[in-house]
Amino acid sequence: MSTQVTGTLDAHGAAGRPRDHDHKPRGLARWLFSTNHKDIGTLYLLFSLAMLFTGGSLAMVIRAELFQPGLQFVDPHFFNQMTTVHGLVMVFGAVMPAFVGLANWMIPLMIGAPDMALPRINNWSFWILPCAFAILLSTLFMEGGAPAAGWTFYAPLSTKYSGDSTAFFVLAVHLMGVSSIMGAINVIVTIWNMRAPGMGWMKLPLFVWTWLITAFLLIAVMPVLAGVVTMVLTDKYFGTSFFDAAGGGDPVMFQHIFWFFGHPEVYIMILPAFGIVSTIIPTFARKPLFGYESMVIATASIAFLSFIVWGHHMFTTGMPVVAELFFMYATMLIAVPTGVKVFNWVATMWRGSMTFEVPMMFSLAFIVLFTIGGFSGLMLAIIPADFQYQDTYFVVAHFHYVLVTGAVFGIIAAVYYWIPKWTGVMYDERLAQVHFWCSLVSVNMLFFPMHFVGLAGMPRRIPDYALQFADLNAFMSIGGFLFGLSQLLFLWGVVRCMRGIGDKATDRVWEGAQGLEWEVPSPAPYHTFDTPPVVK
Amino acid sequence: MSAHRSLINKLLLACAAMFAFGFALVPLYDVFCDITGINGKTDKVAAAAPDRVDRGREVSVEFLATHDPAVAVDFAPETARLRLNPGELQLVSFVVENRSDQPIVTTAVPSVSPGEAARHFMKIECFCFQEQPLAPGERKLMPVQFYVDPELPERFKNLTLSYRLYRSVGQRASR
Repeated sequence: MSTQVTGTLDAHGAAGRPRDHDHKPRGLARWLFSTNHKDIGTLYLLFSLAMLFTGGSLAMVIRAELFQPGLQFVDPHFFNQMTTVHGLVMVFGAVMPAFVGLANWMIPLMIGAPDMALPRINNWSFWILPCAFAILLSTLFMEGGAPAAGWTFYAPLSTKYSGDSTAFFVLAVHLMGVSSIMGAINVIVTIWNMRAPGMGWMKLPLFVWTWLITAFLLIAVMPVLAGVVTMVLTDKYFGTSFFDAAGGGDPVMFQHIFWFFGHPEVYIMILPAFGIVSTIIPTFARKPLFGYESMVIATASIAFLSFIVWGHHMFTTGMPVVAELFFMYATMLIAVPTGVKVFNWVATMWRGSMTFEVPMMFSLAFIVLFTIGGFSGLMLAIIPADFQYQDTYFVVAHFHYVLVTGAVFGIIAAVYYWIPKWTGVMYDERLAQVHFWCSLVSVNMLFFPMHFVGLAGMPRRIPDYALQFADLNAFMSIGGFLFGLSQLLFLWGVVRCMRGIGDKATDRVWEGAQGLEWEVPSPAPYHTFDTPPVVK
Repeated sequence: MSAHRSLINKLLLACAAMFAFGFALVPLYDVFCDITGINGKTDKVAAAAPDRVDRGREVSVEFLATHDPAVAVDFAPETARLRLNPGELQLVSFVVENRSDQPIVTTAVPSVSPGEAARHFMKIECFCFQEQPLAPGERKLMPVQFYVDPELPERFKNLTLSYRLYRSVGQRASR
């Protein structure tokens, strides 16, 4: 059980090095050449924050255009670029790097390792990312503009009808893939080989478990993504016909290969958030996590099922009924392990001695709102219903509930939870509570009405809409702007902590906190666990 | 470090295998569609002649012709619809006319709907088996000789044979 790990360190392993040994290189070189897991974790998290605001700005353009019916600010082609780049930036630039950043910071601390297993690879895998996004975002300023085929870049939109930004896009995706794979290998090797003595598999903190499984998903599907973008590239520029019917190919095959990557990808973006919530809820409920083993099994089951459900993205492509039924039932099966998780979180809180600091608030919001996203996912899994929902705002509502109020809320909860350990100061609780409530209200103003306009038939990825959707769209846009502005409060809170403004944090930070990361001083020294702690 | 090394090698091997698997999905997809017959694709080679005719029922077959808008041709079936007995040999023609002043080499991609019936749609001769060159302004009749397999399950009463005409990949590459 993960909860028995705590407080059972032997004496000399506890605190890492004394603080006067805490040197680090100064200036830019420290960040460029760093092989320190904490520095690289910080870089990942800051990069992800920058991408959150970049992708968010693109979303603001979308919401501004949709504020009123008719074409206001942008032409449809530019609108398509906005939806496409928003999706790519948020998926590959904001959510995934944030989780890798958290993994870098927390996994060595949680398993009692001195650093990640492959520190130089770690440096590389981070520094590839800014290059990849510089390439991707530079296409916005080129003639012909950025990719506009949607983040899913379906052929033939991305092959026949795309501009020359496709080549930049493919290169950028390759780089992101290489970065993710290197990160995943690093995580697996670290967890496999560098656990502190006595930390058996069933003593691993759940964040570590969920990341281990996520890393295996990354290894399994990022190469498939690399393959499919390569096929797009050669179809467009080198005369192959993977997706071109004229040459014997099949555009529907694109969707099969893409979603074979794409569905595990969405679990890559949520499993670490499950781990975060499973860490935070016990802390503030002051009870051990209910059903640790079942959490591990549920995570592994979800990961397995993610490989056999890709067809539910393609119900309207003219699939045979037998295949549709298979994908429908397999998809609905995922609700079982996910339900186990939600049950366990609620059972952990049952009769707990709860307090409601901001990491807990975001985790509670996560449970409720992610479950709403899960339920709309179940609705989408029902074949005949999906024929109606396909390509409407209902789908947009669904995946923003699981990705924004799921993944992003999980990340924000994690930042508030661990930032006292990273910076040594407590964040401003009142500012954070304001950030939470503003985010909670505005995110629901933004995404909840999307269910209704979607059911009423408003298509996604279109810059204009029928007049009857005008009121709700204006309302959603206001929600969107408020949600965007609310994140400036988050930025402010994070910057305050980074500048050391705030109350000094204790080593344990939270009364109910459990785990090795709380055994080291706050802020965590540059080098920790040079001598491995012994976990009994 | 050697513990790291061997694990890294295994993981890299897994990555390489998954990259190869992505490409292996391309032939696997065709094989899978071929075995299950779910993609509406008909055989690319001539079928054997029918061995019997099922006079007990009729099936209706519709013909559709579309073309890539980038290719300047007119393309249409001579017959829009036909009723026939399974096993009965039929000959229909499609008319194509080159509307440009350039020679065009076309390739036609057939598809049968409903997809599950495609394996029972037997073509003895088809213009889609080869690329078809068209001189500038040339008008050409392109025949298909086919029958519907008497083994066709009873639930299929209406079939559609459609062709989409493209410029051949070879000609596109040379332009």
